[in-house]
Amino acid sequence: MNRTTHATHDSQAVETGWLRLADIAAFQHWSAELTQAWDESRPCVKVCDGTGCRALGSQKVLSGLRAACQKADLPIPLEIVGTGCPGFCECGPLLTIYPQKISYQKIKPNDVKEIVERTLVGGEIIERLLYTDPLTGEHIHREPDLPFYNKQLRQVLDFNGRIDPTRIEEYVALGGYRALVKALSELEPKQVIDEVKAAGLRGRGGAGFSTGLKWEIARQNIRRTGTGYIICNADEGDPGAFMDRSVMEGNPHSVIEGMLIGAYALGIQDGYVYIRAEYPLAVQNLQTAISQAEEIGLLGEDILGTGFTFHLRVRLGAGAFVCGEETALMASIEGRIGEPRPRPPYPAESGLWGQPTVINNVETWANVPLVIQRGSAAYAAVGTEKSKGTKIFSVVGKINNTGLVEVPMGITLREIIEDIGGGIPNGKRFKAAQLGGPSGGCVPVEHLDVPIDYESLSQLGAIMGSGGMVVADEDTCMVDFARYFMNFTQEESCGKCVPCRVGTKAMLATLERICAGYGEPGDLDYLLEMGQHVRDSSLCGLGQTAPNPVLSTLRYFRDEYEAHILEHRCPAHVCKGLITYSVIAELCTGCMVCLRNCPSDAITGAKQQVHAIDPLRCNRCGMCQSVCKFDAISVN
Amino acid sequence: MIELTINDQVYKVPPGRTILEACREFGIPIRTLCYHPALEPYGGCRLCMVEIAQPGRKPRLATACTYPCEAGLLVWTDSQRVKTSRRLTAELLLATATGAPEIEALARQLGVTTVRYCLPESDACVLCGLCVRACQEIVGVSAIGMIRRGIAKEVSPPFQVASATCIGCGTCVMICPTGVLTLEQITDYHSPHRQLRDGQEVYLDCELCAPQRRIGP
Amino acid sequence: MPMDVQELFTLIDEEEGGQGSLIAALAAIQERWRYLPPEALLLASARFGVPLSQVYGVATFYNAFSLKPKGRHCLNVCMGTACHVRGSPRVLDRMETKLGVQAGETTRDRQFTLETVNCLGACALGPIVVSDGEYSGQMTPQKVDVLLKHIRRAEEG
Repeated sequence: MNRTTHATHDSQAVETGWLRLADIAAFQHWSAELTQAWDESRPCVKVCDGTGCRALGSQKVLSGLRAACQKADLPIPLEIVGTGCPGFCECGPLLTIYPQKISYQKIKPNDVKEIVERTLVGGEIIERLLYTDPLTGEHIHREPDLPFYNKQLRQVLDFNGRIDPTRIEEYVALGGYRALVKALSELEPKQVIDEVKAAGLRGRGGAGFSTGLKWEIARQNIRRTGTGYIICNADEGDPGAFMDRSVMEGNPHSVIEGMLIGAYALGIQDGYVYIRAEYPLAVQNLQTAISQAEEIGLLGEDILGTGFTFHLRVRLGAGAFVCGEETALMASIEGRIGEPRPRPPYPAESGLWGQPTVINNVETWANVPLVIQRGSAAYAAVGTEKSKGTKIFSVVGKINNTGLVEVPMGITLREIIEDIGGGIPNGKRFKAAQLGGPSGGCVPVEHLDVPIDYESLSQLGAIMGSGGMVVADEDTCMVDFARYFMNFTQEESCGKCVPCRVGTKAMLATLERICAGYGEPGDLDYLLEMGQHVRDSSLCGLGQTAPNPVLSTLRYFRDEYEAHILEHRCPAHVCKGLITYSVIAELCTGCMVCLRNCPSDAITGAKQQVHAIDPLRCNRCGMCQSVCKFDAISVN
Repeated sequence: MIELTINDQVYKVPPGRTILEACREFGIPIRTLCYHPALEPYGGCRLCMVEIAQPGRKPRLATACTYPCEAGLLVWTDSQRVKTSRRLTAELLLATATGAPEIEALARQLGVTTVRYCLPESDACVLCGLCVRACQEIVGVSAIGMIRRGIAKEVSPPFQVASATCIGCGTCVMICPTGVLTLEQITDYHSPHRQLRDGQEVYLDCELCAPQRRIGP
Repeated sequence: MPMDVQELFTLIDEEEGGQGSLIAALAAIQERWRYLPPEALLLASARFGVPLSQVYGVATFYNAFSLKPKGRHCLNVCMGTACHVRGSPRVLDRMETKLGVQAGETTRDRQFTLETVNCLGACALGPIVVSDGEYSGQMTPQKVDVLLKHIRRAEEG
């Protein structure tokens, strides 16, 4: 089979030039050929080209490498591949040289010349570009040896970092679409659903409902109505969460394959992926993947000659967090405002355009091929009794190794924070981890050994959530933290129901007062009472979970709230109304840099004389601290 | 017929009824604000909250106007939890609806004694949506809609200028529970319904539509 | 603002009929003209058979749509959680001070539109500011000044 020249990474639709596959035998032949030809150790350089690394210049690194390699005197021709996000975002841009699997990190475009000359041509390792273990000081040469990956179990993220997501043949070479073919040729639709049930796959969007059960209920309704839809919820709106984005950017075919299997099991012909417009690269890679799958004949009419038809369309979000809620999402696909509607009826009974609809999260869909490929028993061998499989978390905030981690259910929070995350930077103390973003709760240090599973977390007043994990340290004010989340949910409220529309505003106003230093003794009771009310009486999940960060921080950090209100003090030195900036006389060199940069003209002093900050004029913007080269500004 | 238990008494209802419809039929009082028998249930005001439980499951709160009668369902319309929920919802309503005697009366009846938080600027619109829904579902004109979202949500014609499609029927004005909505906010068109009686503006049937009027209390 | 009505027709016509395509059509218009002119909403209402009040409702509900023209340069400050704990509020403050506008507003000379965005997913580099699609990571109040100077210089030069 001939292949057209692979176009540049930025092109909208990459033509594969492959012939359309007529039947299952043709696919199996093609798949076997590709697998045979695939050499994981073939000499190449893989550079992470996900959004995170792009923001740090990975595109320039890629183009620089390609140009330099063409000119250089290489012993063997090297392929330069842009891959999806493997997850080690703290050390991006990342680069791995095969076959030795040498891993370089924090690459700048300026480093390219040296990498080509010294490593690719000269075979030499550049020490300063290696990962250094913060505890032992040891340089790690090889990517598999990086401690970040040690306790991870990368099943869904496996292909990220290994394949070019814009080339369907690479997905197929590694075994992609074999699960679909297995389902089409060996399993009845009902058997597929039974397998998903037996595997114990639970919705990864946060609710943790049994995926197989949802499909089973929907299938009964679809048989009754004769039509229905499946939807992939890719409206990942939690601030600080980017698991779904990385799956869509780095391995979009895994989601497409999952949806194909689901459509087959449910007897459905039409599906939608609803994806945030703020994820342009994910949208692009997904659309490329869809058109390639259509071209090959793995999507569309009469797939592989089996009579199974499935059309997948992409719908973009328009900047509304509430559209991550399933009924609001469907309203948006229907072209209406994203207002949720009461349930029952549930989408499995009456959803998109009134038809039975199955909505699942990106990560859930990406798990489906794994269930079918490995079989339910093998899949269920990972995880705990009630929480099977793995979960991807985006670990961000006050943590050394920011990035994406995929871990088996049942691993403890401590292992994620300390072993994988590398602990808290600058020698600070861990205070809490917020799971589930604006819908979630925090887990404080005394519960660090909690196993990560749905039930254990909910007992602590937290939730699994979609995977956002924000780490707070001793310098994080938990009241400000709660205020931040309440501000977010209040802004994103659709406004339809009274408890959410007004209640979140009322709670936010109270929190803002507390953070500004005007808290009153009755405020905590009000937050508790109103928080529980908004949780119990709101129409949809947004309102029902919006109070969680407040209720959770009140449960574990009441002392901080009380300090704000009764002692007029912010223990973490964060809340503007309760802190003062001052100059540390011993360290001040009188350079006048802070003075010149102060927007409120609050600093006085002459050259080489200790400066002073007038607390009445100071508006606590932090500019002085930001520009001072001598660490001479203190906050208390 | 579906059998369910409301306030410890068993009732039989035909399929397709909501809890609210069943309660109305059997004379069990449930407070509503955004509900209207001629319109699709909205579920926005949350005042019709009741406590429900499927047998063997934990009780939870649900809006009676939207929740369907299910076989074996247990319903409590006046439990402590329900009363608390209604009171707090009313308190929040009052926080946003200033100068609305109907809302003040409602709040007082539901046990609100103080309003602990007040929105800085508000009028008497409670965003029940009756006006918008009536214009869409019954009149079929959709001259007004909800604009923006969250606390900034409000009822308005497109572009916040006089509507080009309003027919001046006054249905929205008549259905508004707080009386805050006036036709001037929507259109320049002079409605044949608007008349002066004893120096006061009232909306009355005109000769054309009187026989067809379907809106009732 | 002069606008090619024919182009507007074409953009709307590209979408399949039915209310489901309304948001995609509005998004295409927003991208092309950096806002939704009133004519666009009227046309969309007619094309998709959706009452104008509902089209206007959609245009005002979603953050992606703007009824007023945006500035030549769009500055997005990420207010995601990770960026927040690393100090993005201070970065936003500095932007607002230097530009003289609040988040969501456009400067009088239409040079800059300042907006906040909820999590771009590049959390390792927080706080992040995206200016005209280019990401600037590890922002501080000081770097804000540098960034603005850079953009202004590029426009003059």
